[in-house]
Amino acid sequence: MSEQNDPMAEIRASFFIECEELLESLQDGLQIMDEGADDSETINIVFRAVHSIKGGAGAFGLEFLVRFAHRYETVLDEVRAERLAVTPEALKVFYQAADHLSDLVRISRDNLPAPEERTQALLEALSAFLGDSDELADAPEEEIDFKPMGISLDLGTDGGDGPDLADLEGLPPLPPLPELDAPGTRHYQIRFTPMAELFETGNEPALLLRNLQALGEMHVTCDTSAVPELAQLVPEIPHLTWDITLETEAEEAEIASIFEFVEGLCRLDIISDADAEPPGTVIAAVDPTAPEMPEAAEAEVPQAPEGLSAPEPLPEQEKEPTAKPAPAPPKPAAQAPPTAKTIVRVDIDRIERLVNLVGELVINQAMLSQSLEQSGLSPHSDAMNGLEEFQRLTRDIQDSVMMIRAQPVKSLFQRMSRIVREASGAVDKDVRLIVHGEDTEVDKTVIERLADPLTHMIRNAVDHGLESKSARLAAGKPEQGQVNLSAAHRSGRVIIEISDDGAGINRPKVQQLAIDKGLIPPDAVLSDTEIDNLLFMPGFSTADKVSDLSGRGVGMDVVRTAIQALGGRITTTSQPGEGTTFSISLPLTLAVLDGMVVEVADETLVLPLNVVVETLTLEAGDVQMLRPGRNVVRVRSGFVPLLDLGGALGYRAPLEDMTGAVVLLIGQEDGSNAALMIDNIVDQRQVVIKGLDESFHRAPGIAAATILGDGQIALILDPSDIISNAMSAHLTVAPQTRAEGAIA
Amino acid sequence: MTETNPTSSIELLTFQLAEQEYSLDIMSVREIRGWTRATPLPQAPRYMKGVINLRGTVLPVMDLAERLGLPPRAQSDRAVIIVVKHDECMTGLLVDAVSDIIALTSDDLQPPPDGSAGGGGVVSALTLIDDRMIRVLDLGATINVGEGLAA
Repeated sequence: MSEQNDPMAEIRASFFIECEELLESLQDGLQIMDEGADDSETINIVFRAVHSIKGGAGAFGLEFLVRFAHRYETVLDEVRAERLAVTPEALKVFYQAADHLSDLVRISRDNLPAPEERTQALLEALSAFLGDSDELADAPEEEIDFKPMGISLDLGTDGGDGPDLADLEGLPPLPPLPELDAPGTRHYQIRFTPMAELFETGNEPALLLRNLQALGEMHVTCDTSAVPELAQLVPEIPHLTWDITLETEAEEAEIASIFEFVEGLCRLDIISDADAEPPGTVIAAVDPTAPEMPEAAEAEVPQAPEGLSAPEPLPEQEKEPTAKPAPAPPKPAAQAPPTAKTIVRVDIDRIERLVNLVGELVINQAMLSQSLEQSGLSPHSDAMNGLEEFQRLTRDIQDSVMMIRAQPVKSLFQRMSRIVREASGAVDKDVRLIVHGEDTEVDKTVIERLADPLTHMIRNAVDHGLESKSARLAAGKPEQGQVNLSAAHRSGRVIIEISDDGAGINRPKVQQLAIDKGLIPPDAVLSDTEIDNLLFMPGFSTADKVSDLSGRGVGMDVVRTAIQALGGRITTTSQPGEGTTFSISLPLTLAVLDGMVVEVADETLVLPLNVVVETLTLEAGDVQMLRPGRNVVRVRSGFVPLLDLGGALGYRAPLEDMTGAVVLLIGQEDGSNAALMIDNIVDQRQVVIKGLDESFHRAPGIAAATILGDGQIALILDPSDIISNAMSAHLTVAPQTRAEGAIA
Repeated sequence: MTETNPTSSIELLTFQLAEQEYSLDIMSVREIRGWTRATPLPQAPRYMKGVINLRGTVLPVMDLAERLGLPPRAQSDRAVIIVVKHDECMTGLLVDAVSDIIALTSDDLQPPPDGSAGGGGVVSALTLIDDRMIRVLDLGATINVGEGLAA
């Protein structure tokens, strides 16, 4: 990173990382609200997420982000104050606003131009909820009032009137303040005692007090009674209490909002005189020189030791903060639930390095075992026992390291809920996304590379899978369509399913379309599965017309290619009238693979174990020539195309005598098999996948490489690629066969 | 290399290839290691010897003699792999033997008489050391083979 040395850039980067987390909790909160919860804690989480983004954005001068977040937050605050009900319409706008907020965050991060139009539209949509609340009128002036603030160490608030220890003399406790100087203004008695956590989280009392001062005329006394002897003084622990009298027109809630960021980090009592005295009973102006307040001239002077007990009874703490720009930095940590785990942010490069090192460790351990076994040591010797332990540890370390890379699919699924919202809006369908298993953990890379195919499939489900509202009603279904998205671990793989309750695949239509496009012969007799598989053929689209949503030239074939590139498979099932399910099966990690180690023409190669259906040894007469260069092998009652792997890879000339050779039956996505001829099966074992540098030389049929126990590199094959390449090179195949050949 | 300012000094690693002397800017050389058998890549161009295990990473190895169109070498124990880094990309270059490290200023370098001389423009300069002509390789041009040449 070129900006590595710029501390500001680093802080900025961490702000955006934080934003990601905040946006995630925002989505979470909205989700919970959507499910019917309206407890204040959930609303608070949502509010705080927006608020913290606003705060951070202000510090970086991201004005449009601040402006939008502020309006959003203002509306959320109405909800929080129970002045606005969470209607489905409101939630819809909240979701859109959250989506837009995340767009704006991204835009700010990448320094892209702000989308004014959309921002404006959403700002208006949000404002609609505010009615003619005067808060809205105030908003534009307040909201942009974010300036980086110098941190002053003044303990008082009025400029220059900092506390002076020399003035530490016996002062009487603050007298009660029943006075009012004018109708409309109110007097507040505020007692503010920071706790140690307040400083730990980077808050600054002086700033809070300064903000208070902005509300009106204020007098502050500092109670230093709790300050211990210098020798006992622990600088990190605050000992001061401020008593503040404030004369302002502001609501109590407004005052409380200033302290919003230190909620739970301080003791705060706010008494309004309105509670005690009827307004208008003006006894005397709050004047430093008023006789009722003999010491008020030294109002900023720390108060003498009088004990912590307040001179007047303080009613229960009231908190009803309203949306106010709070210049204090965002501080999500303080609000974290007590059960929150400690999370460490680690640079992905470091994890990559660890993964690589562990990969080397595994290889080294394999090499060590191999040489120890060859040395003829007794299996019961200490060395061999130690080796066994070493193997177990290595495996444990490997698993643990892989787990670091694993992440819940939640972030991915959240993005999908946005896709559903946008897609359903674009085609005027009412769609509900139901998500299961969002805590399922998958390798980070897999998650990243799943985003595009999944987006496409979700769009497809909304656009093609679900019927229009009227068609649904006609079919006796609820108007609201349903799309399910689920993730689960199943036998060492991750299964992600996308299903809809739409009309299902219209098979006659699909077949007709394929015939029209010349993809299959007009007289082809296809099973349901075969018809469903037509969807994955290049250049296929079931939409009658190119809609806004899909039909961007990206078909399901691209989805399948992407899934296969991850070592996954995709299958589909469909019930007419009941819906369609796409099921993606993925390996847990991209870093290790269960492989079959084989030998061909003196080269050692690895095949993914999951594609090998069966192995057999050729006997004389098993192989029949179909035509020159094309052989089939008889497997029980069927014939399977046979390919010499050595020949296909160019390692040797095609064999004359195939007797005794070993044949691997490779399962294809369409359920058919192909046979690969090899010399020998060496082993079955987990191998560490090492990527080949694609820019250098892209070898066809080679997926990756691994390092064997002897330190040699073995290539990991992509059998389907080899088969389809060989097939298309040798003869003209029906396009269907070729497409089906392209599996991982 | 040709962009360096006229009086700057450079160090070159010289090596032998089919009885000719070549050299590379030493700054691009990461290490030199003995020949180990490379795993061949199927359907790769002839000059691609394959890939080897370089402490856990997969390193592609190129036969430099083949790449430059020089006569193929008899298998020799002295053959070594020079591991170079170019544009964040590590590559092994198989050469006959490593000779020396020479320091010279860029004044000592002269452009090849004909820009296309020597393996398709991969020789960026020539220099004379003890009356021997040493060819300075343009690493980028050597490694980044156009697809047309690869076929």
